[in-house]
Amino acid sequence: MAEFKIDDRVDITDVVCPTTFVKAKVALEELDDGQILEIKLNDGEPVQNVPRSIKEEGHKILKLLDNGDGTYLLIVQKVGD
Amino acid sequence: MAFTNEQLERYSRHIILKEIGVKGQKKLMAGKVLIIGAGGLGAPAAMYLAAAGVGTIGIADADEVDLSNLQRQIIHATADVGKAKVKSAKETMEALNPDVTVNTYRTFVDSSNILDLIKDYDFIIDGTDNFPAKFLINDACVMAGKPFSHAGIIRFKGQLMTYVPRQGPCYRCVFKEPPPKDAVPTCKQAGVVGAMGGVIGSLQAMEAVKYLTGAGELLTGHLLTFDALKMEWHKIKLPANTHGCAVCGDHPTITSLIDYEQTECDGAL
Repeated sequence: MAEFKIDDRVDITDVVCPTTFVKAKVALEELDDGQILEIKLNDGEPVQNVPRSIKEEGHKILKLLDNGDGTYLLIVQKVGD
Repeated sequence: MAFTNEQLERYSRHIILKEIGVKGQKKLMAGKVLIIGAGGLGAPAAMYLAAAGVGTIGIADADEVDLSNLQRQIIHATADVGKAKVKSAKETMEALNPDVTVNTYRTFVDSSNILDLIKDYDFIIDGTDNFPAKFLINDACVMAGKPFSHAGIIRFKGQLMTYVPRQGPCYRCVFKEPPPKDAVPTCKQAGVVGAMGGVIGSLQAMEAVKYLTGAGELLTGHLLTFDALKMEWHKIKLPANTHGCAVCGDHPTITSLIDYEQTECDGAL
């Protein structure tokens, strides 16, 4: 993960849709423009929908990493205040 | 103020909205809305605002729940008949959302108490059913610089407008003074479809939500009317010039609150 300086992390594997996106959105809201959030999310519906929803909000998806255990790490850069 | 997972879930449909989001939900939770009248309009407005998580909701009404109220005042249940409306309303709102603080005022609102009642609130909802109260709420909100939502319902018709200080006409700009006593039928004499309170009272809650969050455009400078029999809405643009108004104009002639004579039906519709 050395390629990104992670400013904050959030685990959304403990909630289901639509709270997954809501929890990620709340975490993003705490950050400043340009800061980077690492989101831990489950395979399946979350990994299909959360990145798309975040993109629609105007934020930048930097990377999606497969942890190999049914979870992923989504690296997002916040765009805007 | 951080959200609990439970709050994230409860308010998820708000937080997802671009126009509300986290910031808007926090504004709702910090918001204070006073509803005058726990009747046909106030009931749905109070329930939607409680559900929305508006942090402090005041509700003023002197009456007790009557069996004839239940056809439209959906915040009250059959078992509440005889109970103070404000108590019944508070119980429903707290059951709906324990996050909300409900302040009850079991009183008729008049010139002696209204300024004190509205002073701590951000937005006022007029859920009353009589002209004296409507003019009183308007004049007090103008004098205190408080935004409010006016509404009225009768038979199959409803109307509403929103007043925000310096952003358009007040109720008295449009309707100069109450009509002569008995010139206009009251709810008791004329009847009203229960769902009309739901339609118009929900729009009042919508205006409060928009005011608190800053989303969209308010119904200032316009009167919205609804005719359910024809399913017709009209958004009527009101004159922008308020200079000559007796209460919000440049040289107001009404500088103290007036208690007009009440007609017999003075409970909230």
